[in-house]
Amino acid sequence: MTRTLIVGASVGGVRTAQALRGGGYDGEIVLIDLETEAPYDKPPLSKALLTGSAVPDGIRLLTPEQAGAARIDLLLGLRAVGLDPRARVVAFDDGSSLGYDRLVVATGGSARRPPWATTDGVHLVRTLADAAGLRRDLAAGGPLVVIGAGFVGAEVASTGRRLGLDVTMIDAQPYPLSRSLSPDLARAVLALHENAGVRCLMGAGVSGVAGSRGRLTVTLDDGTELKAATLVAGIGAAPSDGWLATSGLTLDDGLVCDEHCRAVGTTDVYAVGDVARWFDLARGRHVRVEHWTNAVEQAAYVAHAIIDPRSPRPYRPVDFVWSDQHHWKIQVIGDATGPAATAILGDPMADQRFAALYADEHGRLRGAVVVNWPRALVRCRKAMRETAAWRDLTADLHTAVGRAGA
Amino acid sequence: MAAVEADLEACQGYANCVVGADRYFDIDDDGVVVLLRIEVADEDRRRVEEAVRSCPVSALKVTDA
Repeated sequence: MTRTLIVGASVGGVRTAQALRGGGYDGEIVLIDLETEAPYDKPPLSKALLTGSAVPDGIRLLTPEQAGAARIDLLLGLRAVGLDPRARVVAFDDGSSLGYDRLVVATGGSARRPPWATTDGVHLVRTLADAAGLRRDLAAGGPLVVIGAGFVGAEVASTGRRLGLDVTMIDAQPYPLSRSLSPDLARAVLALHENAGVRCLMGAGVSGVAGSRGRLTVTLDDGTELKAATLVAGIGAAPSDGWLATSGLTLDDGLVCDEHCRAVGTTDVYAVGDVARWFDLARGRHVRVEHWTNAVEQAAYVAHAIIDPRSPRPYRPVDFVWSDQHHWKIQVIGDATGPAATAILGDPMADQRFAALYADEHGRLRGAVVVNWPRALVRCRKAMRETAAWRDLTADLHTAVGRAGA
Repeated sequence: MAAVEADLEACQGYANCVVGADRYFDIDDDGVVVLLRIEVADEDRRRVEEAVRSCPVSALKVTDA
């Protein structure tokens, strides 16, 4: 019997295992994770887990019972420490090793730890244990200082206000979400946070943190000092590819793969999720994407490729990421970067719902930002797949705006 | 024959299911999933199950009738 070994049981690894079995794969499926927790979903960690509206058992991706029913061998508390791709063997930290016919690298990433994050009371948000510790400290009251205004930082700031805390958010960039949104939209997100009572210090850096839990002092580059009971650092993540360092496989901020998500130079090693840097034909370069939907789509793709290796279709996803901040459901489709949106339906500064559209040089939709507007979201997501004519799309949405305003 | 079920309370309108299988799923103006058909044809099963697994809030499932 053949064996597929999946290292990493976050959403990418779990969905690969499920898609293999669901797609008729009859070999052995071994799913391994370094955590001892049954696999769980990560998006709620910066939101519902912190407010208590979700509990750990409500966010499980795969219970031991479900794993058993699907004949998935779930091995927890094992850390992969090495790979020999020629011998097809993965080594683990307890001294054991396991062979495979197909290997799926799904080790994800870990939150970057800033140099000053040495005292207690400074939190990262990546694991269930991280979220539980942060929840405990937030329950003790503010002020909360959040460093980093990317998706994780902005969501934690929003959650802090929901809990009634005094919240300050700090970022070196001029606006939140500046890596994902053009400045005109990012400015609207800044206004959203300010209107919700978050003190936003943009264009600011942190030079040091002193004190301990409950009584921290944050010092900014310009000498300003801020008091904080709790500090959260959301300054990005790094791919967990260190265990592959001696494998001979190509690493470059992630495991480098071809357009079929196969590690370069191999025919039997695949990567999915945050750790995968694959060659994306649409963008013409290698990319690494840290979003939930990409991990799920890549998992389905790789499972297909393992079941039917003759399938020649390359992996060409359309990026999709959502973020819940204050009363906004922000949804970003495709590429919404650049100097400004091409067209905006509704007013981001005044309306409770709007859509910003981005055209490429051929006048086709290349990206969209949709806030609180389900119909526009569906229309834009379909349009990205169909490469719909720009005029049809905007006319459609204009009609919808008119109807909404009527 | 297999059937698809939706938890309308859980649905958050992400539309991943629509992208995955638009003959089976749509989203209404309030952002809640609409099942366009209930019974899942055998030849569609894998595609529909993938769409179900792509739901960020696990609001969908396929059951064997």
